[in-house]
Amino acid sequence: MSASSLRAGSIAAGANVVPTTADPGSVGVVTSSLLRFDQPLSLASGQVLPAYELAVETYGVLNERRDNAVLICHALNASHHVAGVSASDPKDIGWWDNMVGPGKALDTDRFFVIGINNLGSCFGSTGPASINPASGLPWGAAFPVLTVEDWVHAQARVADHYGISRFAAVMGGSLGGMQAVSWAIECPERVAHCVVIASTPRLSAQNIGFNEVARRAIITDPDFHGGDYYAHNTVPRRGLSVARMIGHITYQSDDDMAEKFGRTQRQAVGGAAEGEWNYGYDVEFEVESYLRYQGEKFSRYFDANTYLLITRALDYFDPARTCGGDLARALSAATADFLLVSFSTDWRFPPERSREMVRALLKNGRPVSYAEIDAPHGHDAFLLTDPRYHAVVAGYFDRIALALNLGERARTTGVLA
Amino acid sequence: MTLAHSSAPITLRPDLARIEQWVKPGSRVLDLGCGDGTLLASLRVNRQVIGAGIEIDDARVIACVKRGVNVLQQNLEEGLALFDDKQFDTVVLSQTLQSMHRTEHILREMSRVAHEGIVSFPNFGYWRYGMSILAGRMPVSGQMPYQWYNTPNIHLCTLRDFEALAGELGMRIVERATFNESREIGVLPGWRSTLAVYRFACAPAVS
Repeated sequence: MSASSLRAGSIAAGANVVPTTADPGSVGVVTSSLLRFDQPLSLASGQVLPAYELAVETYGVLNERRDNAVLICHALNASHHVAGVSASDPKDIGWWDNMVGPGKALDTDRFFVIGINNLGSCFGSTGPASINPASGLPWGAAFPVLTVEDWVHAQARVADHYGISRFAAVMGGSLGGMQAVSWAIECPERVAHCVVIASTPRLSAQNIGFNEVARRAIITDPDFHGGDYYAHNTVPRRGLSVARMIGHITYQSDDDMAEKFGRTQRQAVGGAAEGEWNYGYDVEFEVESYLRYQGEKFSRYFDANTYLLITRALDYFDPARTCGGDLARALSAATADFLLVSFSTDWRFPPERSREMVRALLKNGRPVSYAEIDAPHGHDAFLLTDPRYHAVVAGYFDRIALALNLGERARTTGVLA
Repeated sequence: MTLAHSSAPITLRPDLARIEQWVKPGSRVLDLGCGDGTLLASLRVNRQVIGAGIEIDDARVIACVKRGVNVLQQNLEEGLALFDDKQFDTVVLSQTLQSMHRTEHILREMSRVAHEGIVSFPNFGYWRYGMSILAGRMPVSGQMPYQWYNTPNIHLCTLRDFEALAGELGMRIVERATFNESREIGVLPGWRSTLAVYRFACAPAVS
């Protein structure tokens, strides 16, 4: 696609970013845009999605050579709103705002960063809550089950839209890391560097087990109505809330939860005197209160069908499956350089899973660096501000910038300032 | 795409400079305990090697990433399970052997993953160390600036000690260089050198 058609094309142009002066490390106030793709998308399941829309945000400026673009892939509950402040809600800060911005580890002074809401998600992209053109009603249960590979193929058209033939890097944490790996396998010529954080080449039985419990909580909620709850003007809020509570436990380390909550009792509930039990089943401990709060908050804004869809895509991800379990062979198509980061207390996707990928990449002779950060926060550490973690990512992107002649870092802000 | 490489000249310690001379141009090199990546960065510029390093320390890992050296953060004591048999042409262990708990294990692992190994370590047979012990105190020197109670050097050896172990492990020594500070020592190295560098052919892979 040429530059002129990019500007004049029928699809909306990139996000409109209005920098604010308050925080020099922030990309400022951001507006998302919706890209529509009318060419049918063939899916792994054999189904075909006739058309779809993806919600997108961008930060920084795409250079003339179009070689400074970085794609950020999001995890289960996140979105295309990676950095900055949402124009529609000043309290809505991007989920990776500590990582992406002018002078941050992924420096938007030099890189053009794209966030895309995954197909099937519920933050603007086509998903189960969208209208099925065939019926005029929400897709609901009829929305096709998607795989990580389907996401990559859907996202490749966003790259086409911006005229990006090759990303300087594709980067993601957790499920986003799986997408980054999948990008490197599915579209090797389009990924120069692959940054994979707190991720895994496949879910374990335990991981799938947790996902299944979450899905059963949703599906057995009487308000689920077989996935067509939209027609009943209801939402399986209780099931979704339980699903989120389970997720929250797996994102944190045992020590982290002990530190945050311990066995602290919730004050002033149930009428029991201080230090006494209520001898009932309502909230007694702080941890219960926290999980219920998180679950209820989540159930107000997240779509239950999307939760099912994304957890299933997680379950299915296993690039080695078609290579007799040989991960090195599965990764043999990749031509990217790799950076992997794991966190010592992440028991959801533990360091051993990252080492497995490192080993496979080494076997293939791929250039790979691997940092194993000794941090107490479990899986959630990839969203947090450990300076060692951010320094590794910053150092890696600075090398990419050097190779692309994008210039030196003009400022250092945020975690590393 | 490969990462850009700084062309600024790198000054190497004498043992590292000798190691660099021994590494074949264009070969695959694994540097165990690679520190801030100085040797690998130099090898990349001067020997066009495809290198990888192992390092445990956070700050040094960050330094490697910053200079574009491929580094894997890992404790060497856990072995080299990340690597296949004979995955490298040369594996380097510079001034680290003496602080490892599992000395034989790491040497066996080196033999497994590479065709050729290079090891450097402080020579405990240096005559001044002997004098120090005769005078009743453990030696402290520029090469080993630690007191007996805080030294990380738990497996010190002499040149002959190392040569004996190498023989037992099927490592065939092909070259040796010995230094005192930055000066190369030719005569009576067992007594006069403070640092030894060995190059050896690894035992063939056990299939």
